Parts: sequence; structure tokens; C-alpha cells
Amino acid sequence: MHITRTTAAATLAAALIASATACGGGSSTDGSGNGSPKELTYWASNQGASLEADKATLTPELKKFEKQTGIKVKLEVIPWSDLLNRILAAATSGQGPDVLNIGNTWSASLQATGALRPFDAKAFDAIGGKDRFVSSALGATGAEGKDPAAVPLYSLAYGLYYNKKMFADAGIANPPATWDELVADGKKLTKGGKYGLAVEGGNLSENVHHAFVFGKQHGADFFDASGKPTFTTPEAVAAVKQYIDFIAKDKIAAPGNAEYAANQSVADFATGKAAMLLWQAAGSSLKSHGMKPEDYGVAQVPFQAAGASGDTAVNSMVAGINLAVFKKTDNVDGALKFVKFMTSDDEQKLLNGTYGSLPPVKAAQSDPAFATPDLKVLADALANSAAPLPQVANESQFETAVGTAMKDLFADAAAGKPVTTESVKAALEKAQQQMPAS
Amino acid sequence: MTATVPPVRHSSKTPSPGGRRAAGGRAPLSRLRLPARLRRASLPYVLLLPALALELLIHLVPMVVGVVMSFKELTQFFISDWSAAPWKGLDNYRVAVDFNAPVGEDLLKSFLVTCEFTVLAVGLSWLFGTAAAILMQDAFRGRGLLRAVFLVPYALPVYAAVITWSFMFQRDTGMINHVIHDQLHLTDGRPFWLIGDNSFYALVTVSVWRQWPFAFLCLMAGLQNIPRELYEAAAMDGAGIWQQIRRITLPSLRPVNQVLVLVLFLWTFNDFNTPYVLFGRAAPDAADLISIHIYQSSFVTWNFGSGSAMSVLLLLFLLVVTVLYLLATSLRRKDA
Amino acid sequence: MPDVRSPMAAPRSFVWTRRIVLTVLTAFALAPVFVMVVSSLKPLQDVQGPFRWFPSGFTLRPYADIWHTVPLARYFVNSLLVAGGATLCSVAVAIFAAYAVSRYDFKGRRFFSVTILSTQMFPGILFLLPLFLIFVNLGNATGIALYGSRGGLILTYLTFSLPFSIWMLAGYFDSIPKDLDEAAMVDGCGPLGALFRVVVPAAVPGIVAVCVYAFMTAWGEVLFASVMTNDTTRTLAVGLQGYATQTDVYWNQVMAASLVVSVPVVAGFLLLQRYLVAGLTAGAVK
Repeated sequence: MHITRTTAAATLAAALIASATACGGGSSTDGSGNGSPKELTYWASNQGASLEADKATLTPELKKFEKQTGIKVKLEVIPWSDLLNRILAAATSGQGPDVLNIGNTWSASLQATGALRPFDAKAFDAIGGKDRFVSSALGATGAEGKDPAAVPLYSLAYGLYYNKKMFADAGIANPPATWDELVADGKKLTKGGKYGLAVEGGNLSENVHHAFVFGKQHGADFFDASGKPTFTTPEAVAAVKQYIDFIAKDKIAAPGNAEYAANQSVADFATGKAAMLLWQAAGSSLKSHGMKPEDYGVAQVPFQAAGASGDTAVNSMVAGINLAVFKKTDNVDGALKFVKFMTSDDEQKLLNGTYGSLPPVKAAQSDPAFATPDLKVLADALANSAAPLPQVANESQFETAVGTAMKDLFADAAAGKPVTTESVKAALEKAQQQMPAS
Repeated sequence: MTATVPPVRHSSKTPSPGGRRAAGGRAPLSRLRLPARLRRASLPYVLLLPALALELLIHLVPMVVGVVMSFKELTQFFISDWSAAPWKGLDNYRVAVDFNAPVGEDLLKSFLVTCEFTVLAVGLSWLFGTAAAILMQDAFRGRGLLRAVFLVPYALPVYAAVITWSFMFQRDTGMINHVIHDQLHLTDGRPFWLIGDNSFYALVTVSVWRQWPFAFLCLMAGLQNIPRELYEAAAMDGAGIWQQIRRITLPSLRPVNQVLVLVLFLWTFNDFNTPYVLFGRAAPDAADLISIHIYQSSFVTWNFGSGSAMSVLLLLFLLVVTVLYLLATSLRRKDA
Repeated sequence: MPDVRSPMAAPRSFVWTRRIVLTVLTAFALAPVFVMVVSSLKPLQDVQGPFRWFPSGFTLRPYADIWHTVPLARYFVNSLLVAGGATLCSVAVAIFAAYAVSRYDFKGRRFFSVTILSTQMFPGILFLLPLFLIFVNLGNATGIALYGSRGGLILTYLTFSLPFSIWMLAGYFDSIPKDLDEAAMVDGCGPLGALFRVVVPAAVPGIVAVCVYAFMTAWGEVLFASVMTNDTTRTLAVGLQGYATQTDVYWNQVMAASLVVSVPVVAGFLLLQRYLVAGLTAGAVK
């Protein structure tokens, strides 16, 4: 036993010392063990049809960057299912990439961890100035009053996609401009196994995005000025209920949509099983499902009443991907150079063109390539009627809690259980209680 | 038959011949007397060293760190420098076991769901495994092939198998509903399997599918150890095949079952892979297993202190159950 | 496998029970395999539509596409390296430990056995993040990259299977007569010589059984792999998720890829199953 104990004690001591040194948080490691300032590690999110397709898109650009600056970029494309965990692990250990993509709704949450390097005035100077970016996209880069945690890279907004032929067959001339019209049209279109609308009821993020927009239209914010969750206000309840009612009360969406979490609603729309879809830049997905661009139209997402204005004139969240610099990078200059490169007009045009998104850089967005009818609708929404999701530290918990509550409500609705104001309120109450007290 | 689990197994044994007795008795063979004896005495520890070191590094030390974390307020504000995270004492535990508040209530609910799930899944796995093992004890045509077929679920990679099940459980396009609704007309509407209350049964199904071949394998091996004479004697007494199964086969399997049930229990209770692949990071309430619940409480809500506290509670529970189980089954063995 | 029970005419009730139960179990065991095969031969539109027993349009394209959608070959090699490495190390370590447990009556044996077994009940989620931190810091302190490397994953997985492996092998070693290694030691072998010249050769079925178990444990793990790997070291369990992309879930490719990577493993498993049963027979279930 003697030897065992001694060895045990020694191993324990060694490991504890090792983790104690880490606790200082000062270990100056950088991404994946690259110590040379002539190299950067870049974590890209999955934007295209596959991880390999993304790699094929980005690699030539990174070569271009290497040629310009002499800095080699090590690329890793990370699936969305892993990205947040990897970032969390990187934040915890200090061992991460130099530059990384984040979902723009995570900006404030990740900002709170202190793992990202704030973009102060100097950093913005280094990448060509803050005013190059579309202002609504800059609204989704971190908490108000703080230096942004990231800069916009790809922008998106929601549009109402509709099937032209199905609309014509049902005798509907124009896409709906209000929700009442959408429900009325939806009822006309719902027949013979086809439905008016497709929703992605099992997808937490989609649910939250729509809850947020409906909330804005009802005058509800999900957080008060001090950052406390206010999920159970009558406005918030009405907003969530209105979305759930597409299955529960209006029955214009198929009950089966309640379990959709893998973009099946896009497939349903593309294959004519549903006549309308609320989505961000669905063009390339629709094409891959065999739907031709001339078969569908894109309109603004409806409002509560025609001619909405002021605070309730919101019909999309500011969607998109941001580019951030990891705080513990050993190569701030190189990282900023890379950010500058990725947000340059040329790269913006090329990359956003490939991914079907909108450039958040003004000069690039005005390029005629982005003047297609559908992208124009989305750009219009982004510029005029899109609002960023709450930029609070608990945003990611909000997405999980409210998104799950809505998924459960959809499950109830699809199973034929009544969805009432009370049951919606109870579900949101529970979601609010799950939020960390802060 | 000796007892089966390490702490119990050697209790009734006389000291092994290779042990200290041998070290003394064969001393003349060694070149130097005293160091040799020392070397002999330390040899078992040296042999155990790699295993111990690895378990310490990968399991025990991280677990100690995990326990430390459970006393801290380790939220997103502190994860990048967690020595700065404030100590919270027992606060994380207090919140976790306050069953009148939402966090504790959810944890308790998740715990009960897990218990129900474990009992059902282990019970069915054991039942299927036993049935198959006993029915295949005699030779018949195609037995070898069937045995291979039954081991396929155990051999398929978890991810591939479970993702296929989730594909089969889809409401509108899955095979399950195609069979029970479209072809057999057993249900009025198309039931949901991946959301709502039925998700519990979907999870049990997949779990049993994955586990029962292991039970089958162990029990099949256990059957090989039953002496042939027992059956011959019973047959001479005029016992039919059903009676032989009841009187000889099942009682003889008891030592196998002691370990098998325990191992299945621990694996099922802690199973993360199956629910995670089947439902993603937000499992429906009816299938909210404790492992997923804790994952949510730490990785999804970024509160690692509270998640760690819940894990420690889970560990304590499993420890108590295991000890009680071993005591109970060993006592029964001694009585018998 | 020898027949244990004396052959006797089974009654009709028994034969019919056997037929029914075994048919149901076969259908249960093979249903997902059938779905995998059929779906992997369908075009994407087909798998996204309602389920049909047989493909309307038969295609082999998914089998060609799987290699370009994700770097499947690399993930496969990684999985083989990680699972194989974990298996070899786990078994090597287990042999020494099991030998000590089986042949020596040393102080602390009970303690060791209990401790080792109890690690089986640690919830993975409890030590995932601490282990990650320790790996990162050991890496910083020693320069050995454990985080993100296959080595780190091998270390982790081998400890997952180690307790059960030690316990199974100790049981198997117990069944090998001690006279054998004593005789070898009288002939001048040291204890280690006896272990490798006598005990290990006699325990091959048990060792194979442990190998299979250790391999399967490492092969399918998802949680640790998702945090501890990167692009170059990602294993299949995580990599297969790549077929669910931002735009689509390529169900047919998921199924095709699952089949392709499963076939060698299942085949190997079935080839070795005889040993597995033999190993379990003498070891674990004694």
C-alpha cells in the first residue's frame, strides 16, 4: 500500500499543480500550439452544403491572404453542433484559435466570458473603420455601451417565401402583408394534404427568433433594461401563442412540423407540401431540393397591421455570423489583419455571394450581385425593420429555455392538447425560472 | 461457484501460491535474499501501478476538481479564469435539492424519469437476453447465424445506430409509423415519438435494442458453465424441458445475473450517448434523463458549478445503490 | 460450441415458443440495419419523403458522395487509431493488473478492486471539463499535446474500459491452474516470465474478449470526442454528424456512411464472437 499511496500522492500533486497554474488564467498559450506569429488558427462555422465544401471555398482565400501578408492560416471548419462547446472549452482553458466565427446572437454571452478581444476604436481603425459596416448588423455584436466583441461577417434576415403556383391556384394575388392575411391565405392553401405554412417547431433557435419578432410586434421585450428576464408579460405570452397557434388554432401548418429540427420545413416548402415559409436566405437550400428560383417569391415578413411603424415595426431579427478575435491570441496584429482581409469589399462580395448571405459591409452590399429580388427583400428588412436579439449575457440561456418551452408547446398542439393563454404562460414561467439569477 | 464481483470474489480464498508464502519458500532461487523478498512484495503494486496511475489521472483527479467546482459559482462570467470564481459553499447543492423551487423540482423529475427508464430498460434487456440465451441453448439449424444476428446491435457504432432509430421514429416519414399506422392501422392518428410523452418509449426501445445483446452474450456464456450432469439427473427424474429451465437453468444463472444487472444498471443510468443522439441537446420532458439534464445544466446554460453539484449528487446516489445491491445479493447468496 | 444439455426431444410448445420469440427478436435486432441498407440506396428526395420498404429510384450515388461531404476516410482512420490504440493499451495495462489481483494476496487488494470498479459509476459529465483542463495544463507544462490529439483520446478511452477489463481478465486468470505458472517459476522464469510464457498464452480467449469490449467502448463514444478532438483528429462518432449540415440532412449519406464504417467492425466482431463467448464463459461470469 505504501508505494501505491506515495505514487498516488505524487500523481495527484503533479496534476493539481498543473491545474493550479492554469487557475491563474495567465498561461500564455495560443491556438493549437502554434507559437509562430506567422501563423493563425481560424475556426470557421459551417455555412455551405458541407464541411468539405466550406473548406474548398475558404482555402483559396486563405492562400490569397498568405500571399498578401505572409501569414499562414490554419483552417478548421466546425459543425454547428460542436461549435459552442468548442468555444466554451477554449474559453475555459485559454487554448483556442486566434480568429473564430460565432453566431451573432451569442455575441453578448461570449462577451461576458471575457474570452473574446473587444473591438475598441484602435482595433476598428486597424480593420478600416466602424462606419464601413451596416449599422443594424453592428447592433448584434455585443452588449450596448461596451466595445463590440466581434464584427459582422455574413448577414441575414428573415423573408416570407411563397410558392407562386400554389398561390395562383388558390386565387391569391399578392403575398400577405399582415398575419391576419397570412392566416386567411394559409387556410385557403391548406387542403388535400398540403399546408399553408411550414414551421420548424423542434428547432430551438428558429422558435426563439420568431418569438422575438412577434414579441417586438406586440411591444414585448424578453428582458427589461437591467437585463432581467420578463418572459411572462401578457405581450410576450400573446407573441408566443400567436406563433404556436399556426398549428394549434389556425391549423395552417402540419402537426408533424412540431418535431422538425433538421430543416425539413425547407424541404416541405421546396417540394410543394407547404405554400409558405419564414426563413433566412433559403435560396441555395431550395435549389438543392430542386426548386427553381422562378417558382417562388420572397416578400417581407408580415406585420400585425398594415403600415406598422415605430418600435413595433420589426419583422426580422438581425441574423448572421460574426468574426471574433480570441483574447489569448499571441498575434493580435495578424489576427486583426485577417479580420480586415475577411471584411474587405472583395472578400465580402465573394464569400457572401457563395453562401447566399448579405454582406454587412456597405460597399459590398451595394454590388449588383446582391440585387436579386429575394436578396433585395432581405436587405431591405435588414436595413429598415430588423432588430438584434437581446444583447444580454444570458442570451444563450434564453434561446434554450424559451426555445424548449415552445418546442414543448408545439408538441402539445400537435398531439391535440389545448394550447391556451394559461398554458403558454405556464410554459414561459417555467422557462423564466430556469434562467440564472443575475 | 465463487462470488463474482472483485470485492467479494476473493473473500473465501486461501492466499494465492504466488503470494508471500511463495516468496519465502523459494528464496534460494533468488540471487540476493533481502532485496528479492522486497522485490517480490512490491511486485503486485508495480503491476498495478499503470492501472492506478491512469485511473487517477483520468478519473479520480478530474473528479476531485469536479467536486471543487461544485462549490464555486462557475458561470460564464468566470469560466475563463475560474480561480476568480467566488466560493458558494453548499449553495449549488442547496439549489439542486430544493424540490419546491424550479431547479430542484426539475432535477427530481428528471431523476424519477431516469429511475423509471432504467428499471424498464434493464428489465427488458435482461428478459430478452435471458429468453434468447435459454432458447438457443440447444443446437438447431441456423443457431450460429442467429447468434451472429443478435450481436449486430452491439457491434454497430452507437451514433450510426441511434441516428437510424431517430430516422425511423420520425412522425411523417418514419418506418415505425408506416408500420403501425399505415399498414396495421393500430392507431387513429400518427403518433409522435421524438417529442411529447411517447419519447419515453422511443428511448426505452432504443436503449433495450442496444443493451440486450450484451445481456444475451453474458448469459449465453453463463449457460456454458452449467454442468451437463445436472440436466441428465433432472431428465432421469422425469423433469420436462420447461421444468429443467425453471429448476436448473434459472437458478444457475444467478451469479451471472448479479454482475450483469449491476453493470447494465450503471451503464443505463449514466447513458448519455443514446438520448443525446436521439433527441439532441433539448430532450423532451418525458425522456429527460439525468445525464442530459446535467449536460444542459452545465454546458447549455453555462453553469458548471451547479452542473457539477448535480453530478456529485448523482455519484453519491449510484454509490449507495451499488453498495446496497452488493450487500443484498451477497447476503442472499450466503443464505442460499 | 459444445452442447451442454443432453439431447432430448423438445416438446412442441417449446419449439413454437422458440420460433416465435427468436423471430421477433431477429426482426427487432435487424430493423435498423434494414432501414440503413434501404435508405442508403435511395435518392435524397426519397429519404425525405414518406417511408417505403423499397427504393423507388435505386441509386449508388450516396456511396460515392459520402467521401466528399465529410472527410470520412480521415475520420475512419482516426477512429481506428483511437479505438485500436485504446484497446491495445487498455489490455496491456489490464493484463498486469489482473495478474496482480489474481495471483497475489497483497495488502490493499480489496481496496484496489473497489476503487477500480467504482470508477464505472462516475458520470462522464462530471469530469469532462476538469479532464479537459488537466490535459491542457499538462500539455502546457510538459509540451506533450494531449488536448486535441489522438493520444489524449486514447488515454481517456482506455480508462473507460479498464475496470471491466481488469475484472474480466482476473476472473479468467483465476481459471488457469496456478500449478502452471508455479512450474514455470521453478524452471527459472521470473513472475513476469511466467505471466507472458504461461498465463497470457493460456488466456487468449479472455484477452480477445477484453479487446472486443475495449474496442467497442472506444469506438462509439460521443461526448468526450466532441470536445476533445479537432478537425484532424475527429472520430467517426462525431464526424458522422457532419452529414447534417447547415442546409440539409443527407439521410441517405448518413446511412451509407454508417454502413460503410460498420461493416468492417461488425465483420471483425462476428469473427471474434467465439472467443468473446469463451472469454466471458471462463472470465466474467464465473
